[in-house]
Amino acid sequence: MADQDDAGAAGADHADHAAPHFIEEIRATGFPILTRTDFSDVTFLLEIEHPAMARAAQPGQFVIVILDDHGERLPLTIADFDRARGTVTLVVQAVGKSTRQMQATLRAGGTLYGLVGPMGVPSHVSGAKKVICVGGGLGVAPIYPQARAFKEAGAYVIGVVGFRNKDLVFWDDKFRAVCDEFIICTDDGSAGIRGLVTQGITEALARHVDVDEVVAIGPPIMMRSCVETTRPFKIKTMVSLNPIMVDGTGMCGGCRVKVADRIRFACVDGPDFDGHKVDFDDLMLRLRRYKAQEKDALDRYDENCRRTRLPHETLGVR
Amino acid sequence: MARKTIRSIPQLRAPMPVQEPVVRARNFDEVALGFDTQAALLECERCLVCPQPACVEGCPVNIDIPGFITRMIRHDYRGAYDVLTDSTLLPAVCGRVCPQEDQCEGVCPVGAGGTLEPVAIGRLERWLGDRAIAEGWRKQSHIERRQFRVGIVGSGPAGMACAADLAKAGCKVTIFEALHEPGGVLRYGIPEFRLPNSVVDAEINAIRALGVEIKCNTLVGRLFTIEQMLNEMGYDAVFIGTGAGSPRFMDLPGEGLNGVLSANELLTRCNLMRAGQFPTYDTPLGLGKRVAVIGAGNTAMDAMRVSLRLGADEVHCIYRRTEHECPARREELHHAEEEGIHFHWLTNPVEILGDANGNVRALRCVRMELGAPDDSGRRSPVVVPGSEFDFEADTVVYAIGTSPNPILGQTSKLKLDKRGYIQSDASLATSLAGVYAGGDIVTGAATVILAMGAGRRAAQGIKDYLGIRDSSVVYAPEAAGLEGSLFGIDLAERNFTHLRLI
Repeated sequence: MADQDDAGAAGADHADHAAPHFIEEIRATGFPILTRTDFSDVTFLLEIEHPAMARAAQPGQFVIVILDDHGERLPLTIADFDRARGTVTLVVQAVGKSTRQMQATLRAGGTLYGLVGPMGVPSHVSGAKKVICVGGGLGVAPIYPQARAFKEAGAYVIGVVGFRNKDLVFWDDKFRAVCDEFIICTDDGSAGIRGLVTQGITEALARHVDVDEVVAIGPPIMMRSCVETTRPFKIKTMVSLNPIMVDGTGMCGGCRVKVADRIRFACVDGPDFDGHKVDFDDLMLRLRRYKAQEKDALDRYDENCRRTRLPHETLGVR
Repeated sequence: MARKTIRSIPQLRAPMPVQEPVVRARNFDEVALGFDTQAALLECERCLVCPQPACVEGCPVNIDIPGFITRMIRHDYRGAYDVLTDSTLLPAVCGRVCPQEDQCEGVCPVGAGGTLEPVAIGRLERWLGDRAIAEGWRKQSHIERRQFRVGIVGSGPAGMACAADLAKAGCKVTIFEALHEPGGVLRYGIPEFRLPNSVVDAEINAIRALGVEIKCNTLVGRLFTIEQMLNEMGYDAVFIGTGAGSPRFMDLPGEGLNGVLSANELLTRCNLMRAGQFPTYDTPLGLGKRVAVIGAGNTAMDAMRVSLRLGADEVHCIYRRTEHECPARREELHHAEEEGIHFHWLTNPVEILGDANGNVRALRCVRMELGAPDDSGRRSPVVVPGSEFDFEADTVVYAIGTSPNPILGQTSKLKLDKRGYIQSDASLATSLAGVYAGGDIVTGAATVILAMGAGRRAAQGIKDYLGIRDSSVVYAPEAAGLEGSLFGIDLAERNFTHLRLI
């Protein structure tokens, strides 16, 4: 990564946030979990105390979480931050071994072994007059601070979020507070409109011819669909990429993505890139790198849980 | 005692046992087992104790080598350790990973004639370092506390050397590390069989014993900036030793295939994240059976030997020049050859080929031949026309060097050079007052000991900047006379707290 052409500008907007006043404020391990909220049987929210990070965090950045001393380094987009409370909020989907284990073990009052960040170049909150902020799946939470940032910058914000059904919807009140228009899309039509987020984008674009920018966060397949939806309209579409990472500091190159036919590292050059230039096939292929190992780890974990739970449950019956 | 001469000393080096290649290629235990006491003492006898020792000049941190060896001969091991640790706080590390053949041992007069091998200084240093760990020796420095606070970015060799010198000068030192364990390249990069984690832990504890605080999980630049450290967090000076960092790729077709990774990623997964013990540890590795490593430097050697130990059937080295130009240490190359790594000199990859599932299946290569010498004086390789061939491999590892990490450039006003490394002057001061930088982030990828040397040089620069008197030499203001002093206080010294009126 010899060139840093477009990255340099990002540093300037960092300076207006105060640094930690006391070194003691910076925790090196054992990060306290203040609250936990479960949105559904797979999605849950953790609010973690880290005053220095709450001050530094900006929309679009991510953290790396480590569950315990055997854990992997797990990148998670910052879903929200509260500078006054000194907390950062993460929304986790329990889909793999590590996230399932987090769901099973992390409680309010407990601690996280490792938490480092904020990482990545903050999202550029452009001077766009009218934006569509799109979130799907894991991307619903992290699109919220972006929508809020655009709103604070004076933009007309259209929020589009997608869920499988009505029971999985969360944060709709938070979104309504920062969006001028808000469209929920569900697969079965049980809330909002029936269809994918691209349906929502199409509807919004039909009503507004003057949309300057679209920001989409979610699974790669969703981001690709969003990019393809806006491409004919030539509307700038930013996406937040989520490749496999190890260190998250630009050292391993595991998170390399292809943007405009060049290798970029999502952890230090991104995670935000111009969606119309992203090679999504490359991204989706590379996300399959550890499929076999991920399944193996999850199977073993489930098997272990089942085995350790059995005697306990029989005890309860007695 | 009569002066030792080249004829009177033991002619042969004391033997050091190593693990058999066939055994060690499948385990992570150390390859070189180190001297025992008897061998160490025998080797000490080979030192001529030159009055003007070339080895001290040859050492990037100027260890008083004859000084510690003479004490060892007197069986004053503790005294020898104290001499050694005047210059380095990581002897067990340096004794293992320094390229001594290019440094102290390279200029040793014993080896100069070419018939004898030089004194095995590195092995002696390692023996002493290991002994200190075993005996629990700590460098007892008299430290007078000062009000200065210094922040250090990165806990690798440069940062630790700088921290140690500044702590000894009485500064309150905090090291910030982005990863969850301290040590930098000693932790994530250099594998267990060359440098055991227990040794790294022991050396880091020695730094902590000096009062240095290490904060892991702290990404400087993003959590707070260098400027904020100086302006808001109350640091009087900052040292940046973040390392070079970002791995290079070649932009070949097929680089996005699964099974293509950097040596940094392979080593980090294996060393820091312990992916070799998946699924006990959560981080997977996914190493194949036929591994091709591109490049032939020390990192390539580590990547290859790690792959072998993690169960690869065959490991191949692809390098576009010849063995003669190979930048790895001779010893590493020799060890790799012994362990059964296959070397393909004058071979260059042009494309990575994949299967239907997007996994690597082969490497398309061309043969090279050496042409005219380039800027570095090495003959540059040129492609042999029509020599293309496919080389079967399921894992391709890039070990072709690194580029500077961009984070501090993105988040501070530090002046960078054309290539993105941090610019600094001879004292390692950067463009920001009070900010010093050294190691790979200034020079590009180099060695552990050069980074330590840079860390020490920067510590000296910081001491000068803060007006702390030089704690590494005996201070004698009388010798300089009282001129330019105030009641005997050197005016250049701005730190008066250690003076007490009686």
